[in-house]
Amino acid sequence: MTSRSVDREDPDRLYIVTGGRSRVDEDSIDIVSLIVSECDPTPGMQSEHVKILRMCTNPMAVVEIAAELGLPVSVVKILLCDLLDTGRITARHPTAAPAKTKLPEPAILKQVLLGLENL
Amino acid sequence: MDLKTSDRVTAPLRSTASNGLKIVIVGGFGVGKTTMVRSVSEIRPLSTEEVMTRAGVGIDDAAGVRDKTTTTVAFDFGRISLNDQMVLYLFGAPGQQRFWFLWDRLFSGTLGAVVLVDTRRVEDSWYAIDRLEHHGMPFIVARNDFGGPAYRLEDIRKALDLSEDIPLIDCDARERDSSKKVLITLVNHLYSLSTAQTGGR
Ligand SMILES: Nc1nc2c(ncn2[C@@H]2O[C@H](COP(=O)(O)OP(=O)(O)OP(=O)(O)O)[C@@H](O)[C@H]2O)c(=O)[nH]1
Ligand SMILES: [Mg+2]
Repeated sequence: MTSRSVDREDPDRLYIVTGGRSRVDEDSIDIVSLIVSECDPTPGMQSEHVKILRMCTNPMAVVEIAAELGLPVSVVKILLCDLLDTGRITARHPTAAPAKTKLPEPAILKQVLLGLENL
Repeated sequence: MDLKTSDRVTAPLRSTASNGLKIVIVGGFGVGKTTMVRSVSEIRPLSTEEVMTRAGVGIDDAAGVRDKTTTTVAFDFGRISLNDQMVLYLFGAPGQQRFWFLWDRLFSGTLGAVVLVDTRRVEDSWYAIDRLEHHGMPFIVARNDFGGPAYRLEDIRKALDLSEDIPLIDCDARERDSSKKVLITLVNHLYSLSTAQTGGR
């Protein structure tokens, strides 16, 4: 899938999609945070929210949601913050690399190796 | 457009999946990043993008965005379920300059990186290697063989000014086993770095 370029996207449309929100603790959401729906969509819900709730009946990474919706990652994070705020979704955040400059524990890397070798 | 379940671009993850991990494959234009992602991914590569507003764009990129309010960087990715909990996401990322402004936002917490090198254009990798070092991101280098002149790996190491402790290997990004070996080499490298770090404490 080739996603649309946002350069050509109407800024008003992006504004509408995110409800004009820009105050977001989106830093807490990683691009590989796994999102899980905690409820069904309800009538009158914004269509992007509906799509996300439908998509995430099984865990789905933020980047996958972005690719499916054809929206930039930062816009998707804002949508997710809304849903998180209202408890409609939960997020399973990565635990491998707690600090920016710290390497993951050897035990975690061993598990990664094992997974790769079993491919 | 209404997508049927079978048309969905991503097959669902296991319900127990809880820990997403990242590895980034960087390299110059056409060096085989997407090919490598495709050869090991359990889903076909997806593509997405990130935008940055003018205010967040670095000085040397400002000229390029004079008439725009945003700049966009596209990247593609694939996925490997490692076990019931861990899911590894592989990102193919362009080595171009503006991409690195988004590194912290997109790729902080990345385990490590693979720098793909085409020996016909070794200089394309200089910038990527420099940036990874700047970000303190561990990496290995893989030569994707396009059948150019048969340089020895040690010559490539010299051309890249790569220190001896950074693994440098050959690969064919089209081959699943070869790409798998590249990832295993990277994680082995991270493992020794991590053990050294833990042991040194
Ligand atoms: N001979 C040979 N060709 C390869 C190899 N890997 C990739 N290719 C080919 O090289 C071309 C470019 O590969 P891509 O995977 O699209 O490269 P990329 O780095 O994603 O390119 P951009 O995203 O455009 O920068 C494709 O036609 C591949 O089939 C390889 O190991 N050997
Ligand atoms: Mg590509």
